[in-house]
Amino acid sequence: MSAGLPILRLGDILISGLLSDLDDTTALRFTDELTTRIADEGIRGVILDISQLEIIDSFVARVLMQLAATGRLLGARMVVAGMRPAVAITLSELGLRLTGVQTALNAEQAMELLGWRRPEEAPHAS
Amino acid sequence: MLPDELTDPERDIPGREHPVRAEEDLLAARHAVRATAVAAGFSIIDQTKIVTAASELVRNAYIHGGGGTMTIAVVRDGRGRVGLGLSVRDEGPGIADVEQAMADGFSTGAGLGHGLGGTKRLVDEFTIDTTPGRGTTVAIVRWKP
Repeated sequence: MSAGLPILRLGDILISGLLSDLDDTTALRFTDELTTRIADEGIRGVILDISQLEIIDSFVARVLMQLAATGRLLGARMVVAGMRPAVAITLSELGLRLTGVQTALNAEQAMELLGWRRPEEAPHAS
Repeated sequence: MLPDELTDPERDIPGREHPVRAEEDLLAARHAVRATAVAAGFSIIDQTKIVTAASELVRNAYIHGGGGTMTIAVVRDGRGRVGLGLSVRDEGPGIADVEQAMADGFSTGAGLGHGLGGTKRLVDEFTIDTTPGRGTTVAIVRWKP
């Protein structure tokens, strides 16, 4: 069953995001859906925007770590983008290091980590 | 801005109870804690720490304790410090070895085993009262700096 979160595809990269009111069932469904798509569509990279997540507790941390680990086994690199500073501070105090989860400040930096380059700016027509 | 009841230090602030019986109660509990922390004037970082601590405790009560009750209260100490107090109670199996349960890496459930030990680090006061076969109550306070 779908978690109801949009998952966009750009070439062999999937882009999605988690919402602030992430409940446990949705998180697990999303993991299943994303994993299935990585395998079925030959995905090489996943960008997960977490800028809307107001907290990451040990459950969500485990979901992110499992997602990254499963993706890696299937040949896809997952980058988590946009963690809020307050969430980062709280996570490290909790003792959670998100082992194996690659992070980026924002989605654009995540794209660059996955090898995507911004096209050269087109010269303005004069 | 402080809620009205805080302007009178002599007055007891009654705790508000929230059920932790179903999965959607976990979200509702988080919302209630966030709203209270915002109303009490906690910074965004403190709000995040308190809500994260609450999330760990209510999930523990739901998963390990078979459900329970969360009580939120705005408290103040003798020096006039304002804090947010939470108590999460369940009537589950209790915890046989509290020291072990507080250690990082210990988990019998879905988390990472940082739940209790990590929660303690996020707050200023942490007490746990557990009796095997009778249940567990965890009470925490975070004071406003």
